[in-house]
Amino acid sequence: MARVVVDVTLKPEILDPQGRAVQGALGRLGLAGVTSVRQGKQFVIELEGTLDADRRASLDELAATLLSNPVIEDFTLTVEDAG
Amino acid sequence: MTARIGVVTFPGSLDDGDAGRAVRIAGAESVSLWHGDADLKGVDAVVLPGGFSYGDYLRCGAIARFAPVMSVLIEAAREGMPVLGICNGFQILCESHLLPGALTRNDSLHFVCRDQRLRIESPSTAWTSQYVHGQEIVIPLKNGEGGYVADERTLDELEGDGRVVARYLEINPNGSRRNIAGICNEAGNVVGLMPHPEHAVEELTGPSTDGLGFFASVLSLLVSAGSV
Repeated sequence: MARVVVDVTLKPEILDPQGRAVQGALGRLGLAGVTSVRQGKQFVIELEGTLDADRRASLDELAATLLSNPVIEDFTLTVEDAG
Repeated sequence: MTARIGVVTFPGSLDDGDAGRAVRIAGAESVSLWHGDADLKGVDAVVLPGGFSYGDYLRCGAIARFAPVMSVLIEAAREGMPVLGICNGFQILCESHLLPGALTRNDSLHFVCRDQRLRIESPSTAWTSQYVHGQEIVIPLKNGEGGYVADERTLDELEGDGRVVARYLEINPNGSRRNIAGICNEAGNVVGLMPHPEHAVEELTGPSTDGLGFFASVLSLLVSAGSV
């Protein structure tokens, strides 16, 4: 079994009101000095068998189209286990 | 025979009924289209209605963009078919890259529901010819992720080419860049709008009848083009 992790984050120039709300809450809960919080998404994808070049290429494409929107988001794809 | 305007229903669409009703009040025939069928049933134009397609999971419009009906719709839109995306429909058009930019969570973090004043900035699209430049209208706005964003170069391009279709007046309800409420593609046949013209087509149920012009515009275009 192969396991791939895709992390999606908002581009730095895109306002993240959710992150800002979390930042406010951290301060209210007593954590001083928080200068920024950015909220992202993580997809943990498990696949049968091994991760061959074709499936890796499909995953790269889907990470850039379905899982993230390149207009507002960046992603990193990490192969945790190629199976 | 009159114009046939398709209204797509996705799982989670809410405003397909009202969009169809607006089409009929404008004098056209409303044709129901199904997300799972790669078939536009020979319609002359399409409305992508508001709602929460696929529960807004992943990103608003991100999953709907890959629905079978969208493959044929994207092709038809590129060939010039008039397409209006309202609210969730606007989000789907951006995710489909038929329109530039993206819609993000309201800067206030609150869902906004209000009667919103807009200024029509471009009457030269398939969906706005019945308005005059600078005309102010009031139609409902209701969204949680309606903040329009694009990079500065894209925003300058939209402004320079007259592709900002409508702008928010009085308040910016969702943090949209440059108060943008709606935009169009280069050809002007594809329009995305965050507020809801289909909810403002009758005195009884809307704050005005200001929204009817969008549907009347496309009808008059189709009739004058002789396609119906």
